[in-house]
Amino acid sequence: MTVLVLVETDAGGVAEVSLETLTVARGIGGVDALVVGGIAEDVVTRLGEYGAGRVVQALGEPFSSYAPAAWAAAVVAAVDDHDVVMAAGTPRGNEVMAHVACRLGTAMAANVVTVDAGAPLRVSRQVLGGAALEEMELTGRAVLTVAGHACEPAPADEPGAASVVPLEPEVAEADLRARVVRTEAGEPDQSGSLKSARVVVGAGRGAGGADGFKELLELADHVGGTIGVSRVVTSLGWRPHHEQVGQTGSRISPDLYIPCGISGAIQHWAGCSGAKTILAVNTDPDAPMVTKAHYAVIGDLHQVVPAVNEEIRRRRA
Amino acid sequence: MADVLVCVKRVVDTGGEVTLTEDGSRVDDRSLGHTVSPHEECAVELAVQVAKATDGEATVLTLGSEDAVAQLRDALAVGCTRAVHIEADADGYGPADVAAAIADVVRTHEAAGTTYDLVLLGNDAADTGDFQVGIRLAYELDRPVVTGIATVSVEGDRVVASGDGPEGTDTYELPLPAVVTVMEGGVEPRYPSIPGRMRAKRVQVETVVDERVPVGSGRVRLKLPPVQPSQVQLLGEGPEAAPAVVDLLEKLGVLR
Ligand SMILES: Cc1cc2nc3c(=O)[nH]c(=O)nc-3n(C[C@H](O)[C@H](O)[C@H](O)COP(=O)(O)OP(=O)(O)OC[C@H]3O[C@@H](n4cnc5c(N)ncnc54)[C@H](O)[C@@H]3O)c2cc1C
Ligand SMILES: Nc1ncnc2c1ncn2[C@@H]1O[C@H](COP(=O)(O)O)[C@@H](O)[C@H]1O
Repeated sequence: MTVLVLVETDAGGVAEVSLETLTVARGIGGVDALVVGGIAEDVVTRLGEYGAGRVVQALGEPFSSYAPAAWAAAVVAAVDDHDVVMAAGTPRGNEVMAHVACRLGTAMAANVVTVDAGAPLRVSRQVLGGAALEEMELTGRAVLTVAGHACEPAPADEPGAASVVPLEPEVAEADLRARVVRTEAGEPDQSGSLKSARVVVGAGRGAGGADGFKELLELADHVGGTIGVSRVVTSLGWRPHHEQVGQTGSRISPDLYIPCGISGAIQHWAGCSGAKTILAVNTDPDAPMVTKAHYAVIGDLHQVVPAVNEEIRRRRA
Repeated sequence: MADVLVCVKRVVDTGGEVTLTEDGSRVDDRSLGHTVSPHEECAVELAVQVAKATDGEATVLTLGSEDAVAQLRDALAVGCTRAVHIEADADGYGPADVAAAIADVVRTHEAAGTTYDLVLLGNDAADTGDFQVGIRLAYELDRPVVTGIATVSVEGDRVVASGDGPEGTDTYELPLPAVVTVMEGGVEPRYPSIPGRMRAKRVQVETVVDERVPVGSGRVRLKLPPVQPSQVQLLGEGPEAAPAVVDLLEKLGVLR
């Protein structure tokens, strides 16, 4: 079988999630990559290391700013005998692949974690924010996206040729009706610092109110961390939405997560299960967050957190 | 004037744990409440705001069992003024079926004189997370579509829509009629008032029976990830645990 992978790039070259996607793709068969817009030489090299035979490069004015339907037109133009078309399960990956599925007249499976090659292709994918998996069969040409962290990205045993194939696909006027007209970089994705934080101090309903965060912020400062909150906290207006962790907030993967007064509903867990170590502070020893944590303190966060801050200050002095 | 259609899906409101039916075909919701995705709550709020700003109407639509009418009433209570219930077995429907059924309603209403200049949906449903009904609907209706949007406003014959992009806030301007899918974060959904609830009760919900033979979702079954036995190490109770906590922070090397 052969696979076409839509690759996303960022400041560091090929996006980590796209490397994961290429790794999953190699498990199915031979891989070609598609990159939209100009690509640096090191990106081509990296795609070769990850097994890409061809690196199709979509060029032309339609790609000077992001237009999802134009990207989909490029993907469809690059498909020849590929059995599977895939991208990473990022906002753009999911968006473009859904367009591609409509154009190819097939189903799409979002956030796939495992693939069994064959016809029909059998995949398992995350549903309910990752709390359950759905086994799904894809008949005909399969279109899918790969969930973040579905696998460890690994270079191919035998690198691919990575021969660059320039492509100037035909893009219809209608495909440019939805197109980014401006980007305000001044307000970069404010949750960016949360997503990349090494330590996150979490706060839920237990914080008690908008004025219940002083000690939590001090703790965050001591550990060089940032604040992450539950949906209860954002819907009550105690903290802004860009601090929300979970299924409809940010997915975090810090070395340490310290959820205080958070029960650990599956929708919150969806966002924090990637933390390496979890230290929960909760009055309820049976709260799911406590039973799933590595470490826990049972108690009122308004007593525990100040005591911890004081102990840190004491040891520092 | 802009008439807005907003689509919501009734889903299980799970707490800390999910259980499946014995055959693994779906989530066991017998002892659980139901809700809609926060993304859709925000879509409802935006629909109400756009309708108000342009002297149009906000219509809420759902496809599902009879019980899903409760979710329509919730949206009516916060400012939608009309409701459409497509009666169908949502479990047997895949995203392409749902989109086709919604498109039929849009076309029927258009033939009867109501054009939905803007159709809002959630970015992804809380349960199946297919990330595609909005886009499929746009293809059915041959309309432009953009996903993951936090704020929208209608300006003349265009909709201005902004959302988080990889390098900042991306803004799109789409010609109407258009489809936009919404992500939580740009607006505060309002809470229903008591008069709102009363009004909602009185609205006549339009019922459409959908009788297509669905393509289906391709689902074979659901599975739960293996349950890990709890390995939590208790560091203590109350403020007395502070030294043990700080020991751990030191061990992990996170203190500045
Ligand atoms: C489709 C959908 C999507 C959702 N998306 C998200 C999401 O992205 N993120 C998210 O967080 N939620 C999300 N939710 C909501 C989620 O289901 C929970 O309602 C929410 O996470 C609960 O927040 P909480 O833990 O702060 O509050 P609660 O569940 O009320 O828990 C409060 C906890 O604090 C403890 N506590 C109380 N007082 C104290 C104290 N003084 N000291 C210490 N502990 C104390 C209690 O024992 C309890 O465990 C979503 C829900 C749905 C249906
Ligand atoms: N059964 C349904 N009834 C109404 N709207 C739906 C239904 N299923 C999906 N949608 C809408 O489509 C969005 C995306 O769903 P999905 O593509 O399934 O993730 C949801 O957030 C809803 O707004």
